[in-house]
Amino acid sequence: MKKIIIPAGVLLMAVFSLVPFLWFVLTSWKSASEISAIPPVLWPSFHWQHYQAAIERHGLLRYIANSAIVAGATTVVSIALAALAAYALARFQLRWARYYLLLLLALSMFPQIAIAGPVWRLLSGLGWLNTYHGIIAAYIALSLPFATWVLTTFFKELPYDIEEAALIDGCTRWQVLRLVVLPVAAPGVFTAAILVFIHAWNEFFFALIILTYPAVQTLPVGIALFPGEYTMPWGEIAAASTIATLPLVALTLIFQRRIVQGLSAGAVKG
Amino acid sequence: MIKSGDPALRFLAPSFLFVAAFSLYPILDSFRLSLYRMILTLPWLGQKFVGLENYQDLLTDPVALQSLMTSITFVAVTTPLEVLLGLGMALVLNESFRGRGWLRAVVLVPWAIPTVVASQMWRFLFNDRYGLFNYVLFGSATDRYWAPLAEPGLALAAIMAADVWKTSSFAALIILAGLQGIPRELYEAASIDGASAWRKFRHITLPLVKPALLLALLFRTIDALKVFDLVFVMTQGGPADTTNVLQFYGYKKSFAEGMIGYGSAIAVAVFLLSLILSLFYIRLLGARLLAQERGA
Repeated sequence: MKKIIIPAGVLLMAVFSLVPFLWFVLTSWKSASEISAIPPVLWPSFHWQHYQAAIERHGLLRYIANSAIVAGATTVVSIALAALAAYALARFQLRWARYYLLLLLALSMFPQIAIAGPVWRLLSGLGWLNTYHGIIAAYIALSLPFATWVLTTFFKELPYDIEEAALIDGCTRWQVLRLVVLPVAAPGVFTAAILVFIHAWNEFFFALIILTYPAVQTLPVGIALFPGEYTMPWGEIAAASTIATLPLVALTLIFQRRIVQGLSAGAVKG
Repeated sequence: MIKSGDPALRFLAPSFLFVAAFSLYPILDSFRLSLYRMILTLPWLGQKFVGLENYQDLLTDPVALQSLMTSITFVAVTTPLEVLLGLGMALVLNESFRGRGWLRAVVLVPWAIPTVVASQMWRFLFNDRYGLFNYVLFGSATDRYWAPLAEPGLALAAIMAADVWKTSSFAALIILAGLQGIPRELYEAASIDGASAWRKFRHITLPLVKPALLLALLFRTIDALKVFDLVFVMTQGGPADTTNVLQFYGYKKSFAEGMIGYGSAIAVAVFLLSLILSLFYIRLLGARLLAQERGA
């Protein structure tokens, strides 16, 4: 019986996971009449007009650049800060380390609305609304709990003897982290970085309230607020969506093993 | 035990400053603001202390109570479905067959797609004139096509379907990690004793994967309470507020209508609700963390 169930399950899962999105991707290459055709046209005639319109009329490239800047800077800074914190939490034998970790865990679970008003007021007071550094600062704070948690888990799993030897040889903690721990933990750090990047690239709620000028808005905001006068420009939305998703699907397919490992380090191993 | 100049402080302070400024302080400030009347569009009114008035309003606000029910319904329907589907997927992924790594990557695709993109995609699939959903149901009989996202009874179901599609794979990953921790010998021993596949599942797999199932359930519950992007893109809380979940209602009051004080009262209510759920979760994970440290 297993011989039937497993292949059937595999097929179902592949169809369930891929078909809805593939349909949307195909839509991006269809002409307007193909999009609204009944019965639906399965195979597009591969027009690039929607991509062209999304770029020329809706500033798609600017949204991409904004997303790359925001997600990139968030990833670099929060991973650097989280690595410092995680090293201390994993190795300094702090009695309160686990309470701090649980506090971070609690923070990562609160709904965004619980802090949205004050975060908006804080950024507004600093004059940081509609700026890269404003949204990046908020994103760093939002990704630090997860990044710290995952990196602490990874650091704890490293063998301690090399570090101990380096300490005995007179290295400072900082040198040990930089010269011994980070090179060994590089795969784990990279995993955490991918996850933080994906999260920052996809984040919508704070981007929506903090970035109200199109010049600084990120891709999710651009796609959610896609202007449609009478009918929705589905071809253009599909084109923008395909471009927004491509880097993530590529990252996922290439690094799926690491991503799975990182997510379970964050969620399961604790 | 923390002395100034303690190296731990120097390692932890930079990240703590961010967290304190953009997470801890804002939560406290939400509590404070919920005691004030403050309307962004009427700045000349200033901040007026009104005590618990916002909370009194909240308890008698029919839309707020409807939002609470909508959120609870959303959580109660989606999370068990996601965990069940996740379990099914995890059971398949736990078997050894050719292309397993490939399938694991494919299953992650919905998880990796930006939620806003998934929302637009489902909105397109549910389109009333040429959506695939209508075609699958009614074929070419276009006169029978209808708009699920504009139907009070169906819009929430449509959003739930989109959420289940988007997040079941995450549940599957957590459950898969649990399945992989079950020692193979148990199954071998059961096979020697002549146990059927069902009995093995019932008496070995299910009890041992239970902690992972619980974890996935809690994780999804906490996340489902935060649902926002799907609602914003697919329905804007409509029709007739039937998809107006708590987080969307709080956003609408605070930012669309600028009622920061009242919005903060909603924020505090949502916060307390998720705090209760998180406490369960932290107890579960916290117990593991403590056990791990004792073992180490």
